Amino acid sequence: MTGDPAGTAVDTSAREQRPAALEMEDVSVARGGRTVWSDGTFSVRAGAVVGVIGPNGAGKTTLFQLALGLLPAASGRVQVLGAPPRRGNRRIGYVPQNYTAALGHAIRCRDLVTLGLTGGRFGLRPTSAAERARVDDALRRVGALDYADRRMSELSGGQQQRVAIAQAIVDDADLLLLDEPLANLDLRNQQEIVRLLGELHRDRDVTILVVAHDLNPLLPVLTEAIYLLDGHPHHDPITDVVQEELLTHLYGTPVGVVRTAQGDLFTRAAWRDPHR
Amino acid sequence: MSALASVQFQSNWLDVLRSPFMQHALIGGSMVAVAAGLLGYFVITRQNAFAAHALAHIGFPGATGAILIGAPVTLGLAVFCVGGGLLIGLFGRRVADREMATGTILALATALGVLFASLASANASTTTSVLFGNLLAISEDQLLVYGAFTLAVVGTLAVLARPLVFASVDPAVAEARGVPVRALGLAFVVLLALTITMAVQVVGTLLLFALVVTPAATALRITARPARVALIAVVLALAAVWGGLVLSAMVDLPPSFFIVSLAVFAWVAVLATVGRRRGRPAEPLVDAHHRL
Repeated sequence: MTGDPAGTAVDTSAREQRPAALEMEDVSVARGGRTVWSDGTFSVRAGAVVGVIGPNGAGKTTLFQLALGLLPAASGRVQVLGAPPRRGNRRIGYVPQNYTAALGHAIRCRDLVTLGLTGGRFGLRPTSAAERARVDDALRRVGALDYADRRMSELSGGQQQRVAIAQAIVDDADLLLLDEPLANLDLRNQQEIVRLLGELHRDRDVTILVVAHDLNPLLPVLTEAIYLLDGHPHHDPITDVVQEELLTHLYGTPVGVVRTAQGDLFTRAAWRDPHR
Repeated sequence: MSALASVQFQSNWLDVLRSPFMQHALIGGSMVAVAAGLLGYFVITRQNAFAAHALAHIGFPGATGAILIGAPVTLGLAVFCVGGGLLIGLFGRRVADREMATGTILALATALGVLFASLASANASTTTSVLFGNLLAISEDQLLVYGAFTLAVVGTLAVLARPLVFASVDPAVAEARGVPVRALGLAFVVLLALTITMAVQVVGTLLLFALVVTPAATALRITARPARVALIAVVLALAAVWGGLVLSAMVDLPPSFFIVSLAVFAWVAVLATVGRRRGRPAEPLVDAHHRL
């Protein structure tokens, strides 16, 4: 193998000091009486960038809901950032799936990011200057300051996704849960968001979990992956996951892996028209 | 033509405005305008416009039922609106589920309203005043009740405003952040029911949309900042109610028509002037600071 294709260089000293970002011991989750997945035993160290992959309905979003305290484990033990999951954990930043589709014309980017900081506060106390400065800082970090005063509905998909990430990081989260942040984005915008995730990881050392259908655009930043296969979550370094046999089994369709001289990894559908 | 010919300018309209029933109408209408204007932003962002419309109709059997048992009409309206609101609120957060539930409850309520009206042998004018409003018949007792309702709406909103905005525009994230989304939804629907109870008297169940939704929709065309939307919507609703009462005094016709017309006129005027400005801007092909 050439070099370190997935960028897995890891500062091991930090691993000893901080509790795991997400830890599962023999966890199973059920929804409406049906077991979504079971035998979940893994530990995601703080500072990892993890792709969460698996076919539709395998329980990727369910994993996030478990970590957010929105869904209790049917059995087993879950620890998030060294504590049991609880709703309203301010150390977690969350961007749900189809996030931007739910929002219309009725909110400005800046106000949406501000809600990530003060949205849980009852009463009429106005936003303080310090809070406004933190909102500006979050918008600057994602490169959205230029259109901060526009409405969400006036932005492109990539711009909306940036604002959503700004809202997730405005309260200095240690763990980011992003559900399909690259869905419906063109190639250039996908690259920009991946670049942003890499910067956040490098500058703030946040742990990032990304649900994604397509691994390719994320490969430059992923250090490992959680893949949901045959009803169980598995956790491995990204280089172990990007293997033809595993991906073919995972997606239930032939997948090939291409390695270039630059050390880039690509997965591709290996299906060929037999009549050509 | 003879009916139209009888419409004429009332030279004593200033005296009419000073009369006690007009004073009651001005005070009561103003309170409704404040409550309705404040709630409008949430009705729109929560996609509750149909529920708001339905709640007004759900109040109809409350009003006719109250006449049947000899209870105050406002009480009957309030009980049915709040009860219907909670019932709708308890049906899932999914808009599709809620629409079906709302429509079904709406149909049942209207059927009950017709039944009660015929049992009570309520005369046509009573039914008409519920359907189209009767702002000029507000009593002093009703004003006291309206005052209490308005205080409840304004006071509760002052406390809930920020989490309610969060839960309305961004429910999934708000829930993950520990905001009690479901409880806020039920609280909101009760506030909405109280406001609608009052608004039915002003413009009636059939025209209520123009006070609860239209001013906020107009304001949203001008700005997306929630506090400003609320302020502009209140101003627009107040202007519609006051203007409607003045016009009503001038030509001696029911104020409902003028109130609704003024609210709709403001909406059309704003739509025509600022509506065209908002298109999605073309994105530059390469961000300047990310140029390779």
